[in-house]
Parts: sequence; structure tokens; C-alpha cells
Amino acid sequence: MTERKPQDFLPPLAAGVGLGLTLMAMFLFTGHGLGASGFFTNVVLWFSNSVAPDWTEMNSYLGNYLGAGHPLNSWLSWELAGAAIGGLAGSLIARRFRFKIERGPRTSAGARMGFAVGGGLLSGFGASLAGGCTSSMGLSGGATLAVAAFVFLIAFFAAGVLVSALTGRIWQ
Amino acid sequence: MNFPLENPGILFLLLAGALFGYFIESGGLSSPRKLTAQFALRDWTVFRVMFTAIVVAGIGLWLFDVAGWLRFDALKIPTLFFWAMALGGALLGAGMAIGGYCPGTSVVALFSGRLDALFFMFGMMIGMAVFAVSYDSLQVLYQTGKGPAAQTLAGLTGWPTWLFLLILAGLAWGGFRLGTRFEARRGGVISARDLAGSGD
Repeated sequence: MTERKPQDFLPPLAAGVGLGLTLMAMFLFTGHGLGASGFFTNVVLWFSNSVAPDWTEMNSYLGNYLGAGHPLNSWLSWELAGAAIGGLAGSLIARRFRFKIERGPRTSAGARMGFAVGGGLLSGFGASLAGGCTSSMGLSGGATLAVAAFVFLIAFFAAGVLVSALTGRIWQ
Repeated sequence: MNFPLENPGILFLLLAGALFGYFIESGGLSSPRKLTAQFALRDWTVFRVMFTAIVVAGIGLWLFDVAGWLRFDALKIPTLFFWAMALGGALLGAGMAIGGYCPGTSVVALFSGRLDALFFMFGMMIGMAVFAVSYDSLQVLYQTGKGPAAQTLAGLTGWPTWLFLLILAGLAWGGFRLGTRFEARRGGVISARDLAGSGD
């Protein structure tokens, strides 16, 4: 136990107030909230347009997003670059940074990577379907008291608790 | 003052993003064990952080609106597509219960050293590609249950915004108390030290 001990997390209320003020500033300065899934849609769009430009233009979903400049030259890219810096700095300063495959005590690293891909698949499809993710739809929509955000959030938590009751062994 | 401003600039986006990432990480929401412990009702950190953030930002925006400093209708307010959002939200919940992340937390997780987040991101982009390929056949589902454009709870009911902020704050308070009771029964909050002692 020579490794320096990590600092504990901020109290949830403090982290929530900080996140809420950041979200408010984002709305005031840009007119929209925080987001994340849109960046990954942009990466898919960029990749698809690089390897199959004709198909991409014909595709009724991706085709809609073409023409607005380079897909990666978006506010989302800068915001997430900032999020990466903030997460890296925060975890280093608090001595919480660890290279690892984080997983439940009964889950092997290989199984964890499979579950990560599978869960990611559901999340990617779900975020495209909902037109946003926990950040852009749940948090940001919620702060504007949008009806859509609360439908999303209730479904998110209900499904999470239900699926977790069946698959909890992965983590607990 | 005339918010929202038009051109935020790269520096502002980087700064706001850095604060976003910082509060996710320091709140503990970059750990998939903590995120999934919310769904096991063992650790209510996710609920606490998210609900607090929504109430704080909601009250802040409302105050700016009341003061006349903000054109509230110029903000991006999502339009309801009931089945798309209910099903999409449920898939994100299921994806987090199995894969341990949502899109935003996976980014912060990767930059706090969690390599499993890369696999999550890879799966996520495959899921988005599958959606793009099947978009035409999803049109019916997508268009059913479409609500009025940019509708808020106040718009839906005709009740004032402050009343909903009050209700949300009350729900948050009740949820925090309920969470504390569950935490006492189900193993409790996962600390940074618990996490440092596990995994690889």
C-alpha cells in the first residue's frame, strides 16, 4: 500500500451545483445545453462520407447532416475536447487516474469488453432514436423543462433499473 | 443583457467542456461501477448529481428569463416524439446497465484511464450506423406520438414555470431521502478508495 491514496469524490450536491451552473452558462452563451452523442454521430458521418460518399448522401438519416461543413468542425468537438481535459486534470489532481478495465468483481476483463461493446451498441442506437443522450436530452432538455426530456429520463431510469435487476451480476 | 449570445467561440466551448468533464469526474460519474450502482439502487450519486444540476440550471435560466435578460424561446428546447424518446431513453438506460456508460460519461471515463470506455464508444458508433441503415423502416415509429414543437411542462399544463421548479426541487429532496434509506440497506455509496482497490 505504498501508492498514494485517491481523494474521495466531491459530495453529489456540490458536483450537481457545479454541473448545473456550467449547464446554465452553456445555455446563456450558446443557446443550447451540453451534449455528447452528437459528436459520435459526427464521427460516424465523417467516416461514412470518407469511405462511401455516394451511399452517405443517399442515406436518408446521414444525408440530412451533410453539407454543413466538416462534420468534426462542430461545437461538440470543442466541448468534448474540453471535457476530456477536465476529466484528465480532475482525476490526476485528485490522484484518481488509473489505467484499468473497470468491471464487477465476478466479471473477467474479456467479458467486460464484450459487455461494453454490447451496451454501447444499445446506447448508440438509442441516442440516435431519441435524438440525444443523457446529457443533451436528459440534462439539457430537463433544465428547459421540456416535456420530451422527462419522457426520456423516466424511460432511462426505469429501463436501467429493470435491466440491472436481470444483469446486475455483471457489476455487483 | 441579451442572452443567449450568438457566437460563443472556441475558448468558451473548451472552458465549459472542461468544467463539464471536471464535475462528471469529481462527482464520480466516470466510474461504471458507480453509474451502474445507481440502477441497483445501491448508490444514488447519479440521481443526486443529475437532479441537482437540472434544478440549479432550471432555476438559473428561469431567473434570467424573469429579469428580461434571456430570450427563453431562442433556447434549444427538444420537441417530443413520444415513442422515439421513450424507446431511445430505455435503450440508453439498458446500455448503461450493461455497458456501464452513456455517451458523455464514456469520454470522461477514457480520460481518467478507463480503457473499457473505448470498447463502449466502438459499440456506440456501430449502433449509430445500424440506426442510419434502418432509418427508413423506423419512420413510422419515429413520427408517431409527435408533440407540439419545443413544448415545456408549463406549455403542456398552463401552470407557471416556478411551480414546476418547486415540484422538481421537492421531488429531488424526497428522492435524496429515499436514496439515503436504500444506500443504508444495499451496501452504500462506492468511494474512490473502493474503486482504487478493484479491477486491474
